[in-house]
Amino acid sequence: MATLEEFGSYETAWCPGCGNHSILVAMKKALVMSGLSPHEVLFVSGIGQAAKAPHYLNANVFNGLHGRALPVSTGARLANPRLVVIAESGDGCVYGEGGNHFLAAIRRNVNVTLVVHDNQVYGLTKGQASPTSEEWFVTRAQPHGVVSSPFNPIAVAVAMHAGFVARGFSGDVDELSGIIEQAIAFPGFALVDVLQPCVTFNKVNTFSWYRQRCTPLPPDYDPYDWDSAMRTAQAWGDGIPVGVIYRNERPSFESRIPVLGRGPLVGSPVDKDALKRIIAAMM
Amino acid sequence: MENSVTILIGGEAGQGLLTVGHVLARVLVRSGYHIVAAQDYMSRIRGGHNSFAIRISTDPVSAPREKVDMLIALDGRSVAEHLSSLAPDGIIIMDSGNGAETGGAVCLRVPVADLGKPSLYNFMAAGVAGALLGLEESLMVKALLDEVGDSLEEGAAALIAAGNWALGTGIRHSLPEPASAAPRIMVNGNEALALGAIAGGVRFASFYPMTPGTSVMMTLLAHADRMGLVVEQAEDEIAAINMALGASFAGAPALVATSGGGFALMVEGVSLAGMTETPVVVIVAQRPGPATGLPTRTEQGDLEFVLHAGHGEFPRAILAPGSPEQCFQAAAQAAVLAEKSQGPVFILTDQFLADSYRAVEPFDPSSVPAVCLCDPSHDNGEAYCRYALTETGVSPRALPGTSGKLVVADSDEHTEDGHITEDLHVRRLMVEKRLRKHEILLRECMPPAYVGDVDPDLLLVCWGSALGAALEAAEELSSDGFTAATLHFPQVWPLVPEGFLQDMERAGKVVVVEGNATGQFARLLRRECRFAVHGQVNRYDGLPLTPEYILRALAARGLAGAK
Repeated sequence: MATLEEFGSYETAWCPGCGNHSILVAMKKALVMSGLSPHEVLFVSGIGQAAKAPHYLNANVFNGLHGRALPVSTGARLANPRLVVIAESGDGCVYGEGGNHFLAAIRRNVNVTLVVHDNQVYGLTKGQASPTSEEWFVTRAQPHGVVSSPFNPIAVAVAMHAGFVARGFSGDVDELSGIIEQAIAFPGFALVDVLQPCVTFNKVNTFSWYRQRCTPLPPDYDPYDWDSAMRTAQAWGDGIPVGVIYRNERPSFESRIPVLGRGPLVGSPVDKDALKRIIAAMM
Repeated sequence: MENSVTILIGGEAGQGLLTVGHVLARVLVRSGYHIVAAQDYMSRIRGGHNSFAIRISTDPVSAPREKVDMLIALDGRSVAEHLSSLAPDGIIIMDSGNGAETGGAVCLRVPVADLGKPSLYNFMAAGVAGALLGLEESLMVKALLDEVGDSLEEGAAALIAAGNWALGTGIRHSLPEPASAAPRIMVNGNEALALGAIAGGVRFASFYPMTPGTSVMMTLLAHADRMGLVVEQAEDEIAAINMALGASFAGAPALVATSGGGFALMVEGVSLAGMTETPVVVIVAQRPGPATGLPTRTEQGDLEFVLHAGHGEFPRAILAPGSPEQCFQAAAQAAVLAEKSQGPVFILTDQFLADSYRAVEPFDPSSVPAVCLCDPSHDNGEAYCRYALTETGVSPRALPGTSGKLVVADSDEHTEDGHITEDLHVRRLMVEKRLRKHEILLRECMPPAYVGDVDPDLLLVCWGSALGAALEAAEELSSDGFTAATLHFPQVWPLVPEGFLQDMERAGKVVVVEGNATGQFARLLRRECRFAVHGQVNRYDGLPLTPEYILRALAARGLAGAK
């Protein structure tokens, strides 16, 4: 059983007060609560401030390209389904550049936990609107305010009957670590959209803005009820529901691939005799 | 050389011409003949005009021929399209209701109504052709059932009835007896690539469908369950290459296959493979561009694109097999080379080679190397560094989750342990480390193959699928005191000039033959070897290079014979 210390503690490149710090703490707590050791876990990230997160803990890491964390995660899971794969990146990376991969990952129900640091703005490129920026949000790149309506990842995921759909808030580390723990335990695709402030570029959706609005789901909330999940997913504004919004147990992508039933692709040699028979049958 | 017979089946998409072609080709191979099949099809599911040509010989042949000895017309347009290619003693097989002008050629007008349902005409045509060529009826029926399944007994009956009718006409186009030989398999370039990749240890493949790359994946899929492969259709080509890199990082040797436009989307992934030092085999099955171009035709127009694809500087190898046998070898070699150099290795093929069936000796999987992912040298108890600086540039590769080691890979510039850095000294060391791997690729480079007189008047230089046409053209040119030879590059990058420059310098004239408009390989030779060739033969109309095409082009440039 690993301890928090085993997941390490590193100096980060993030701004003081950035929500990323708390998400990193919540992530490490969730890994410990899940009983995982660093070498059992593979983090895959894209590019952005959030995508640096895996560099700040001990685990296997593939820090790839902007938008592409999910296909890399999928490939890694298919090669070795014994790996616990966590994709971690920001709202621009996952919902913008990687939008098609987000939809495809939900459809596949590949057993990957996707943690999205959602601060409704681009940080690394200095303050442009992101897919989740609210309408009228003014930036130097959108001087007249954002015209496009915001992408609602929770509603899209629920509409597509994703396996596990949750929203977290970086201001509540205990609740967030619990949500991430459940997401890791879920045997299919699990989305955790984490609302977090960007202290430098988002002066609208600030820590206190989120703090005032983020509301835990009621104790009797049934995440298996799709209709109620769809309604909950639409809620935004004065009350933003936080918690596990939807669950849909369906077979994972990997479990439906017969070859993987025989174990990971890693390490087994080519059966050259079987191939010889295949070739001979072409006569 | 001209001891070969070419039959061409023409018709609309959806008329079953591939069935006729495959059945005849299979029977010919099973009967001991050599074949070169060339497919020409339009990008549509129904209608239009498609053809499937089979060149048949008792001796090995390696290129398609333009002259048609037997035209099997499934529609009127096929007669009109190909009449001018028909040999003087050629035969046309057509449905008796086909009113096309035949220009006095010998015609067998098949009385379809007397022999079965009109919808079975393609089977009848196969039966007639088989009978004229002297192929065994039992082999024809077996090949038909292999092709379409047992459910089509009336198809077999139509084939037999039509064959008997043809024999009754007294017309024959008998083939010479083939020399007895060990049984061969019928295989096309893409099937050979897939089989070679499996033999070389590839265990994961991902793709987005794109002609003419798709059939590599279809072949892998056909054997995936048996051979323990995972093959996934991705949401787009960007996902395909990133999935492959994820699988490869996690320890499954991985492959993608696509064509030019799809490869364009993969390019950032190529660069990612270079930076993260993740092995991957990338098959680019070329078709004429730019953009959508001619989706179902052939070209060798993406050499420079593949050579330069990917931002930044990193080593790569580009293989360019010229036959199904070379495809098998190249795919296995590519998997091994990708692992040895920990980066991207490319295979350039094209629609012609991809779809071209040949009769080949069964591939021997144990004759090719396979990837071995069991380097224990990193398991020494110390903290693992994925990018440890080494003399060769290759760092021992651990796999995530299979040991206690933590494997960290990064697309940013990184330290030896894989973490993001902006230390500019480390940057320099890492660039040099990555580029050192070029030496490995140089050492493993497949040299070009020289065929013919050592001191020729004319040397035809070619790469990839131009091999067969160049070989046969050179053979035809070598007569009356004129000597011609060929130099074929099965690998176009990196180049090792010491291995071939003297061959080019010895030749009277050097002409590069390639399937593109601007002479990309000729340009590469000039750049890398400071050797300016004397001429070029380029084809870029979407059709494969043929010996006749090369001979005509050489003659037009005054390069075809003694002065």
